[in-house]
Amino acid sequence: MTLPLFFFYLFSTIVIASALMVIASRNPVHSVLFLILAFVNAAGIFMLAGAEFLALILIVVYVGAVAVLFLFVVMMLDVDFGELRRGMLQYMPVGALIGIILLLELLLVAGAAYLVPEAAGSGALPIDGGIENTRALGLVLYTRYIYLFQASGLILLVAMIGAIVLTLRHKPNVKRQDVAKQTARNKATGVEVVKVESGKGL
Amino acid sequence: MTPVIGLGHFLTVAAILFTIGVFGIFLNRKNIIIILMSVELILLAVNINFVAFSAHLQDLVGQVFALLILTVAAAEAAIGLAILVIFFRNRGSIAVDDVNMMKG
Repeated sequence: MTLPLFFFYLFSTIVIASALMVIASRNPVHSVLFLILAFVNAAGIFMLAGAEFLALILIVVYVGAVAVLFLFVVMMLDVDFGELRRGMLQYMPVGALIGIILLLELLLVAGAAYLVPEAAGSGALPIDGGIENTRALGLVLYTRYIYLFQASGLILLVAMIGAIVLTLRHKPNVKRQDVAKQTARNKATGVEVVKVESGKGL
Repeated sequence: MTPVIGLGHFLTVAAILFTIGVFGIFLNRKNIIIILMSVELILLAVNINFVAFSAHLQDLVGQVFALLILTVAAAEAAIGLAILVIFFRNRGSIAVDDVNMMKG
């Protein structure tokens, strides 16, 4: 067994085991942590396939952002998770049946797939062994796929605005700074001149 | 670079991961947080397929597409969790079997 193959088996075993733990874990915090483990090992698989940039982006985006977001939500919400797991065994048989059928079909397709040898290297963007993966991706991402790149940026912007709008709430009894109201003040509304007679207060 | 690891290996891992994701959705019908995590697993399986074919066919397009899927997955997680937070604020629970409250 060659060294890359050994690491491939190592990474994929850990990915599958931790994915199983994600769905079967009793505590959702453990689920999130196993999700992180699965993504780190999937990054290892990507690295073995030669997609170094994607592997590191997977760690940055998933472990750095998405998993922390999940962890934050799991810890912020005070949910009785034991109550949510009650019907679990009831759904197990039909889920297992569908899962096994799906897996068999996928494996049949994967096992029967045959690629003609001429297909390799005749793709739209053949990988040039001379330049590294990050540079190659950057060279096409900002030129040939610029519209897709901009569209994905737009998706992220919409998602960010949507998340903020959904979760922002104003409590009525909290004093807040109202900038528009402040800047709309002028001399007429802000200052009042009062004649005060001497010897008397207001 | 000739691929040392066969395409079938990658496809098998991706198929198992995809199945685990689908099975997780069935298993945790009530817990929407685990359902979102299962969706992330499914998207990861799809990404592994893209990268495997990209390496096997020596074609960079697969990696570009996987990058876009990653973007969409991150956006989907953010929106899903935001909806989850406001649902919890309104109901005090995240049981998804009574989400049909919001009809109309």
